[in-house]
Amino acid sequence: MTKKRILLAGLLAVGLLSATVAGAAVLSDRWDHVPAREHGRANPLAGRAEAVPAGAMLYRDHCQQCHKADAQGDGHKKPPLRTDRLRTATDGDIEWFLRQGDLRRGMPSWSGLPEAQRWQIVAYLRSIQ
Amino acid sequence: MLKNRCLIAILVWSGFLLSLVGSVRSSAQDKPYFVTYSHDLEEPGNLEVETKTALGRPDGSGKYGATAVEFEYGVRGWWTSELYLDGQATSQDSTLFTGFRIENRIRPLMREHWINPVLYVEYENISGADKTLLEVVGHDGQGDLAGPNSESRREHEHEGELKLILSSNVKNWNVSENFIAEKNLGHDPWEFGYAVGATHPLRSAASGRECTLCAENFIVGAEAYGGLGDTWSLTLGDTSHYVAPLVGWQLPGGARLSFSPGFGLTGSSLARVYRVGLAFEVPQISTWFHSEKGGIKE
Repeated sequence: MTKKRILLAGLLAVGLLSATVAGAAVLSDRWDHVPAREHGRANPLAGRAEAVPAGAMLYRDHCQQCHKADAQGDGHKKPPLRTDRLRTATDGDIEWFLRQGDLRRGMPSWSGLPEAQRWQIVAYLRSIQ
Repeated sequence: MLKNRCLIAILVWSGFLLSLVGSVRSSAQDKPYFVTYSHDLEEPGNLEVETKTALGRPDGSGKYGATAVEFEYGVRGWWTSELYLDGQATSQDSTLFTGFRIENRIRPLMREHWINPVLYVEYENISGADKTLLEVVGHDGQGDLAGPNSESRREHEHEGELKLILSSNVKNWNVSENFIAEKNLGHDPWEFGYAVGATHPLRSAASGRECTLCAENFIVGAEAYGGLGDTWSLTLGDTSHYVAPLVGWQLPGGARLSFSPGFGLTGSSLARVYRVGLAFEVPQISTWFHSEKGGIKE
């Protein structure tokens, strides 16, 4: 009986520890996970005349439904995109985040979009900060 | 006669579904696969409606057109749920509803990797008259599609299906491999099959202007699929295999049109099967039932 209790307590402790670690991982800032190589990438389309208008159309087609036309989010689960955090993020950070998404929190992965279109969205997001 | 019926059925379905919604769009990252699945899931809260029509003619039987209407909902970022309603019309025979399927796709890994696994679980409640060819498994062959509807509809296919989907997005290519195991829940052995495909957009960067025939609106590729026998006869004898070029066209109104001519590679396969798909997406349909603050609308 005692052994069973010890085993049960042990399992409970392991479970609680795992939940705490997992919770902390989920709550930690996603930008902290951007690999250094990705963080340092510059937007290869930056400065091209068509990058921002093309990015605006892509934003309208893919992002606006959640983040709204003014990029201020829905005030609930869909976050604004005009934030200090985004302003200070590198192009590489934003492209990486678009590619990865945040599936747990409802942000889909946009890895299926051609890479050039992700960079065009990055150019548009930069232009509205 | 059959062509007219199929056309009318497609138009009626499409018109009916389009009339349900005011604004529609579809995602440019959706691939024009008909049988193969990639790891792209539906965006959370969105509903995609798609018709998948297969047109074929088995040896010794009339031409047929079979349509599956698919309702795909993004439950979570990592979980998509779907309902299929199937029907078919056969020349000099009848038109009938052939059943439904419910499927769920789950991404167990939350990050993007070189190879991204997706677990797929499906329950099918269809009759033997179903000809949509949404998958080919076991020793499926054109003989299964040739019987008169009055007889084949009596066969009840009460099946569970599992798929392991592996998919990669590399340098604008999508490469996907599916491994299929299907079991009739009443009897019969496990049946196995496969589907593989690859797609690539004609142009990777967007032009930044509204256009209909821009290269960026087209995705091309190919898929191959077929049966791998069953647990009673794990051989490739009497199995069907197909190879099918694909083209997907993003239409200006937001819908997506897909087309694929498929070619049978073995004697058991249909010589040709033509597929047409029409898809559109209803964004954030979940907000129709919830207020912006998250409560249920009164």
